[in-house]
Amino acid sequence: MRVRIKLFAQLRDRAATGDVACELPAVDAATVADVWDALIVMHPALTPFQSSVSSAVNAEYAKRQTRVHDGDEVAFLPPVSGG
Amino acid sequence: MPLFAITPAVLSVDGLAAEVAALASRAGEGCGAVTTFAGLVRAHHQGRRVRYLEYEAYEPLALKAFAQIQAEASEAWAGAVLGMHHRTGRLEIGEASIVIAAASAHRAEAFAVCRYAIERVKQIVPVWKHEYFDGGEAWVEGAIADPSDAHAREQAKARACASA
Repeated sequence: MRVRIKLFAQLRDRAATGDVACELPAVDAATVADVWDALIVMHPALTPFQSSVSSAVNAEYAKRQTRVHDGDEVAFLPPVSGG
Repeated sequence: MPLFAITPAVLSVDGLAAEVAALASRAGEGCGAVTTFAGLVRAHHQGRRVRYLEYEAYEPLALKAFAQIQAEASEAWAGAVLGMHHRTGRLEIGEASIVIAAASAHRAEAFAVCRYAIERVKQIVPVWKHEYFDGGEAWVEGAIADPSDAHAREQAKARACASA
């Protein structure tokens, strides 16, 4: 299955792209954590963010164990600094 | 004017204040108080002279986070109406990056809701600040966004109540 990954702020800068297409093995129970693991294989420079990153699936906040499906948009968010 | 917005346009605190006041006046006891907050780009940060900032947002999620903050505020302070606009793109020193307006029947709730809102924005709204200063640039890292973190929510409420 295929998901679209969106990266923001320093994650996007480190990966040098804000949009990554990600192919995952066609398993039934792929999660946000699986997407992250696939992402850091493609972009090892993102590894240090592992403990501080938040995630969203289809523009809803998600957890690492949240299930993902074919065609989903998975976003990874570094610590926020709005206001 | 929408109550929640992510926009590259210059923000208007007056327009948002009028909007929340109009909505609050139609409910319950009516509107007796409006409080506003504007966050401005400061010239100095951590000993550095700031030249300008660039803000980036994940807009669809940011709008949902604003809605969550409004729902939390309504739960704690019934009848309060809240509006929040955050700007994106390049901002010069002194420009407003965020405006918040809270309307309520009475002043204590209006002050508390406004303070609560800015504390929660800093915790859970997916917006990022890129600082350009003399001699360099850096992304500012704040809170790890977790909208279900009850401790963070309690902390925001404690600050809101302390200020009211």
